Order: sequence, then C-alpha cells, then structure tokens
Amino acid sequence: MDFPAYGDPESPASQHVSPYYIEKAIEDTAVPNLVTAVLADYRGYDTLFETAVIFTAGLACFILLRRFRREPPQFRLYRHLDTGVTLIIEQGGKEPTDSDEFRRIDSQWVPYDLIMQKAVGLVVPFLQLFALYVIAHGHHSPGGGFQGGVIFGATLILIAISNDLRSTTRRISETISSKLASTGVLIYAGTGALCLLLGANFLNYSQLSKLIHVSTVMARSHGILLIEIGVGLAVAAVMIWIYYNLVSAGRHDEGL
Amino acid sequence: MIWQFDLIILTLVVISGIAAISIRDLLGASVLFGAYSFLMCLAWAAMGAVDVAFTEASVGAGVSTVFFVAAVFRTSRRSKD
Repeated sequence: MDFPAYGDPESPASQHVSPYYIEKAIEDTAVPNLVTAVLADYRGYDTLFETAVIFTAGLACFILLRRFRREPPQFRLYRHLDTGVTLIIEQGGKEPTDSDEFRRIDSQWVPYDLIMQKAVGLVVPFLQLFALYVIAHGHHSPGGGFQGGVIFGATLILIAISNDLRSTTRRISETISSKLASTGVLIYAGTGALCLLLGANFLNYSQLSKLIHVSTVMARSHGILLIEIGVGLAVAAVMIWIYYNLVSAGRHDEGL
Repeated sequence: MIWQFDLIILTLVVISGIAAISIRDLLGASVLFGAYSFLMCLAWAAMGAVDVAFTEASVGAGVSTVFFVAAVFRTSRRSKD
C-alpha cells in the first residue's frame, strides 16, 4: 500500500470527504464560510485542543517567568513633571507616591508622550469594535474566533505600551486575565458537554435545538457562534497574560 | 495565479528567512521575522487561503513581533554567537 501523490485528485480524501464538505456544509449548518464550518463544526474537536494549547502556552509563560517580589527594588525613579528633574530615591527613603507633580518612571526607558497616550486612547475603542465584529461575523466573512481574539488582545497590548505597564495592570490585573482565559476554554468544552448531556455525541450542536427551540440547522449555526466566543475570549486573555509576564520578566513592575 | 508575483514573493520569503537567522543584531532579527510573517501572509492570500492570511496578518503584525521585541528588551540586544 502506498500513499497517494501530493494533490492527487483521485485520492480518497478528495473523492469522498472534500465534496461532502463543499456541497453539504451550507445545508447542514447554514454557515456560508466553509472554513469556519469545517473548523468549528465538522472538526470541532481539534479546535478545542488548539484552544487548550494556547491556554497552556500562557500558563507555561506564567510558571516559567513569574516572580512574586519578596524585596522592594534598590532604588526608584521619580520625575518632576514641570521641570523634568528626575529623583533617585534609595531604599528606605520617603517616596512621593500620592503627589500630582511627581510620576514614577521605569529605569530603562523614554518619557511617556501625552500625544501617544491620547491618540491611542482615541483609536483603541474602534479597534476593539472591529475585533468583536470579526468574531461575530465569522460565519460570513473571513475571520472567526481566533482572529478576533488576537486583535482584541493586541489592543490591550497597545494600551499597555502607550501607557505604563502599572496602570494597565491596575485595570486588567493578571488574576482577571488568567481567569478569563480558563473561562474561554470552559465555554468551549462546556458547550460540548451540554450537547452530551442533551443526548448525542460530544460537540454535536444539533442537540442544542432541544434547548433553544430552533431548527437543527440553526442550532448548529448558533453552536458555532458560541464556541467562537469561547475561543475569542480565551485567546485575548492569553495574549495580554503572556505580554505581562514577558515584558516585565515576571515582576509586573516595569515594562516597555 | 500570476506566476511572476508568486516567484517574487517566494524569493523574498527565502531571503528574509535566511537573513533573520544569520543577523547579529537581535532587534533587527525580530523586525525581519515580522517581515517574513507579512510575506507569508501575502503568499497565502495569493494562493486563495484568505482565512489563513488573515490569521497570519493579525498574529504576525499584532502579537508575535511585540513579543519578540519585549524579549529582546529584557535580554541583550547583541547575539552571542
């Protein structure tokens, strides 16, 4: 027995499997984008483990890099905003933490630019809206859960680059992002388990029609949307989680 | 499709790939990885795989280059070998 040649149109995969997917996908699932239908419905088991692998990558970065700080750093730098004078305060000195005129800066970097901060602050909501559009419209246009999730994570990284790392960590802490990542994987596996509880195979979305009272075909379309949301959530949270651990070498203190 | 276009993209992919692993400056290497990612995105779009091209564009331009630059920021900028 020998393997068929590359791209052989007579091979069994091209004779039986591909024509079935191409012809029957839209009447089985009502999803015009064939790639999303195959990835999320016919081969949904692989996509579940892909999402689990992405979560494992974030977890591995956390385990390898994270250092919960035992002792405070040697010195901290504070900059007077009006005159530009930088103070170096050694350990044990009094730090102007609550003052409006002093701002803490990192030890290896360049002044935060007000123009960059405000410009990014204006553009980011539109980017996030585009990311949500890509997730929700994955049925009809190229895209889907993974692409929209990466774009959303990239907007959070953009906020972290233009403002300080510390102010971003205060808004979206590492605890929240790790829990959102695991919630995303849980949504995906939970949909599959729900289909199992309703009486059919794992990840057979047609059984969801017992719960939502639509036709079987529309139930598969909605099942695909549900798992795309899970994938997008997991991927966005893992992107910002890896960025936090990578750019500050685990200490979550100073960054790019 | 247009074979000249595919040939140019393929040549540039090979050149940027070889350059990215043999350059000494690590920040330049991460920028070359970003260029490689963009050229692969064009190659896939020329082949008709639009979903894959979208994924590669978002991952290569949004996230992968930033991770490389962050890693170079925390370690040295010059390669040891």
